[in-house]
Amino acid sequence: MLAKRVIPCLDVRDGQVVKGVKFRNHEVIGDIQPLAKRYAESGADELVFYDITASADGRTVDKSWVERVAREINIPFTVAGGIRSVEQAQTMLSMGADKISINSPALLNPDLINTLVEEFGQQCIVIGIDSFYNEQSDQYEVHQFTGDESKSHKSAWQTKDWLQEVISRGAGEIVLNCMNQDGVRRGYDIAQLSALREYCSVPLIASGGAGEIQHFVDAFQQAKVDGALAASVFHKNIFSISDVKAAMAANNVAVRPIEAIQETQ
Amino acid sequence: MNVVIVDTECANLTSVRFAVERLGYSVLITDSAEKIRAADRVILPGVGTAAAAMRNLQRKQLVEPLRELTQPVLGICLGMQLLTSHSEEGDVDCLNLIPAKTKRLREHGLPLPHMGWNTLQPTEDNPLVDTNDSYCYFVHSFAVAVDEYTIASSEYGERFASMIRHNNYFGAQFHPERSGKTGEALLKRFLELKLC
Repeated sequence: MLAKRVIPCLDVRDGQVVKGVKFRNHEVIGDIQPLAKRYAESGADELVFYDITASADGRTVDKSWVERVAREINIPFTVAGGIRSVEQAQTMLSMGADKISINSPALLNPDLINTLVEEFGQQCIVIGIDSFYNEQSDQYEVHQFTGDESKSHKSAWQTKDWLQEVISRGAGEIVLNCMNQDGVRRGYDIAQLSALREYCSVPLIASGGAGEIQHFVDAFQQAKVDGALAASVFHKNIFSISDVKAAMAANNVAVRPIEAIQETQ
Repeated sequence: MNVVIVDTECANLTSVRFAVERLGYSVLITDSAEKIRAADRVILPGVGTAAAAMRNLQRKQLVEPLRELTQPVLGICLGMQLLTSHSEEGDVDCLNLIPAKTKRLREHGLPLPHMGWNTLQPTEDNPLVDTNDSYCYFVHSFAVAVDEYTIASSEYGERFASMIRHNNYFGAQFHPERSGKTGEALLKRFLELKLC
């Protein structure tokens, strides 16, 4: 049986792992490589590295850490942030990244999605969507350039329409970041994830809001997501990946057992 | 030990190389038919589409050399599908080393591609994996049906061949290079394998 995935997300800024609240006020958590290794050994099913500054600044920073991570870990990982051309995607993949995730550049140039899919195959093209629930209009809106508060703004897309657009262009997986919930640890946006799950024929990953172990179980059981992303709860040792997996197993959610006891916490 | 990874110009060459290096072996990535023939072990990796990969192999004049190998060969993911006779992906004839056909996974109300960690049920004569229900990392939309060449199967809406074998040719639909300790153990056994 296919296991549900627990995915630590490492937000990377200038070569270090950081975490902000609602995308703001970033604090440094630690160095990339030791954190990646620790998570891989303590049961992570996959890792995501989000370079949160690259898109908004219009630059591509030094990504040599991608190769160092690939050399060290034996689980898949995704690199996101600032990838806006076939050449940049090729660089990440040839350094050993398994997947690349595109967000703002896909909104600026949707053709980039099909170009990348044709070049590298559907399996390695992930689309990240930053979705904000607008209470006044009662609609889910796609935002872009969310890595930089001064440039972050609403796009013309409603989330459901953008989701269907990117899937029709060949996206292999969707990471849906529910912005209202990000960093506040009150749980994944089950209502939004459930609403969009039925329009998502490819794997769907929940992002934003994990604060308690039960939140993971809820996302898998209620919103039927394929994976759940989380950052601060793991970075701050509020609980461990094995705690999450034990709760998943106890609630009959398919889970990949942790291979060996190598917990360093 | 002379380990060669066939340069299919596919994206996951680096992670396969690192996985073999983590086991203490040095690796050569090459598209030289001569060096591939001389290797003790040959790994045929692949991501992307079957049609593009076969086109690359034809352009590099590697189809016949790959068909004539006698040392252990391991095809990974698309590399396994290339070992079969035909792929529905682009309706392309493949290397025909294992007489099976690669077909699109049917929708069973499940997300596609089949992506993530799934369990493996090896047959008793599988020399590379002997543990039942160990988890491996899969990413694919096409698969090989279970038949007499299957040495492990997995389930995603339907049962499919997650490992195949014919003589010295082995295929794994999942990515051993990204399948944690299970994948490491498989690669180690492949590198240490003695064919009778």
